[in-house]
Order: sequence, then structure tokens, then C-alpha cells
Amino acid sequence: MGLLDKEFSDGNIVIAKVDDLFNWARLSSVWQLGFGLACCAIEMMATSMSHYDFDRFGVIPRNTPRQADAIIISGTVTLKMALRIKRLYEQMPDPKYIISMGSCANCGGPYWEHGYHVLKGIDRVIPVDVYVPGCPPRPEALLEGLLKLQEKIRNESLRKKSA
Amino acid sequence: MKSAEEIFDILKKKFGDAVLSLDKDTPVEQIISIDPLKINLISKYLRENPELQFDSLMCLSGVDDANGIKVKDAEGNEIIEGGTLSVYYNLHSVSLKHKITLKVSTPRNDPQIESLEKIWKSANWHEREAFDLIGIKFLNHPDLRRILMPYDWDEFTEEISRHPLRKDYKNPEFYQGMKVPY
Repeated sequence: MGLLDKEFSDGNIVIAKVDDLFNWARLSSVWQLGFGLACCAIEMMATSMSHYDFDRFGVIPRNTPRQADAIIISGTVTLKMALRIKRLYEQMPDPKYIISMGSCANCGGPYWEHGYHVLKGIDRVIPVDVYVPGCPPRPEALLEGLLKLQEKIRNESLRKKSA
Repeated sequence: MKSAEEIFDILKKKFGDAVLSLDKDTPVEQIISIDPLKINLISKYLRENPELQFDSLMCLSGVDDANGIKVKDAEGNEIIEGGTLSVYYNLHSVSLKHKITLKVSTPRNDPQIESLEKIWKSANWHEREAFDLIGIKFLNHPDLRRILMPYDWDEFTEEISRHPLRKDYKNPEFYQGMKVPY
């Protein structure tokens, strides 16, 4: 990214593009809405604990949608819950990102045919940025998803809404 | 500790025609069939009689027996007409260590069963579940609302999509603008 490429000799001034600086700041502190739904939530919690520790990448659970940057849809979304998720998503400030974690949130998972109560994919309600496959995905897979989201933020521009 | 036959005899002597039959041909507990509108009186007796002392309602299950006739409705959906819906009550006496299963059957077109909420509090949510998923009305229940499905499910769905665990249930196309089928 080259933030330090053009360092002046006294060391106190750094020249960078606004896009690069903002993107670097935003991708380094993705606060995710602390929100779990099913067995995927257990893996998400494991990812937040010391073994995998997504705080390394600046991801911190934030327990209010008003101050969250991302939401990880970690588990089976029932029709009843889908309305609440939509409400939470609308309460988040822009720019906001969504990681769909696991088969249920991606496409309904094992409930795709006979699950009368399950929304067949969270992307029917809110726009998804990163899909993490698995049932449930291992913490490594969720970390990969978070890195993919960082990659997406890194390539964004202030002029264009999304990369 | 009493066997199912002994319990059945006690109930038959006390309540007569409200106690219908004893089904012995079951793999685990034997099943006593009861009149759906007398189940509250019989349950109260089962709980309070010092010889029986059924102090715990372990489980309550709603069942669609699907024993009616299959017919096509105006829109071509296969629906079941006639027959019964049933509720099974699994009772346990912690103090006397005996168990029994009660069964009540009620007509599918007007399913009504007396609530046991006043006798065993655990019946409250179980009866709401049977009401929600099978559509059995429990008389004198203090709070008979849906417990699992959305509260406004009825407003967005057809008659055939009200109670998901009925055998002739058909998934609605949309709920609150969300497509339901895959």
C-alpha cells in the first residue's frame, strides 16, 4: 500500500492517498456486531478466543448496531429472525458489511427443502459481502472470510461506493 | 409403584366412560386413552390421589394422525378431511417412580382439548407449541398464542399454511415479502 513510501527526512510527515489512509484505518478496525444465531456462533466465539483471536486483525465484537461496521450472520436465519436482522442492519451506520457464515445463512443449508421456518439465504433480505462456506465453518475459514472482507475494503474508493 | 393396568382400573372405577381404553401393545409405557373434555379432571385426580401422585408432566406431544380422507381442494392441493388430531401426555411420579402415557384424540375439523396448565405448569408452553404447530385449541389456557412461528403468520398465509406439522401443510410462497421456498 505504500503509506511509508514517501517519508520526509524529519520523520513526522507521511504522504498518502486519502483512499489508502481511510481504507487502511477502516479495514484495521472492523467492529462486528456481537450477534450469534446457531452452531456457527460457537465457531465464531471460538474465533474470538485466544487460540484464533480475530482481535489480531482489529475485529472486535461491539454490542450495539450503532457503532458496528460489520455483522456476521452466524447460523440459521428463521423467518421470524430475518425481520429482526433486517432491523439491526438498518440501524448500522454506513459503510457496513455483511459476512454470511455457514451453509444456513448462505442458502438454507440442511433446511433448504423441508425447513418451513428457515429463510433460504440471508441475501434474500440484506446484501452480503462475503460468503463463508462450511457447516459450520472452522475458525480458520471465518478468519479467511474476515481477511477477504479486509481485501474488499482495501480496494474501495471514496468516490465509488463499493469496490 | 403401580402398573399401567392398576392405574387404568383406578381411573375406570372413578371416571367410567371418560376413560376410553388401555393400549398394551406399545414398546414402552402403556397408553390410556381419555375423553379430550375430561382430561383436566382426570389429570387433577392423577396428580392429587395419594396412590398415584403424578407430580411431573414430562412431555406433551401434538400429533397429526392423518387418518382422514385425502381430497383435493378448490386450488388442487391435497388436504385431509375428517379423522383426528391427538395429544400424548407423558406423566411421571417422582415420589412413587411410576410412569404412564395418556392420549386424547379430537376431531380434526374442530380440535378442542381442555388445558392442563392449572395442573402442571409445564403444560403452558407445550400446549402453545401444539397449538402453534398442529393447531389444537386448548380450552381455558391462559395465554394461547403461537410460541415458535411468527405471531403474524396468519396474516400472510393461506388456511393450508397455518400449522406446519400438519400432514397436509403447504409452505406459503411469501411471508412479509420474503420468499419462503428454496
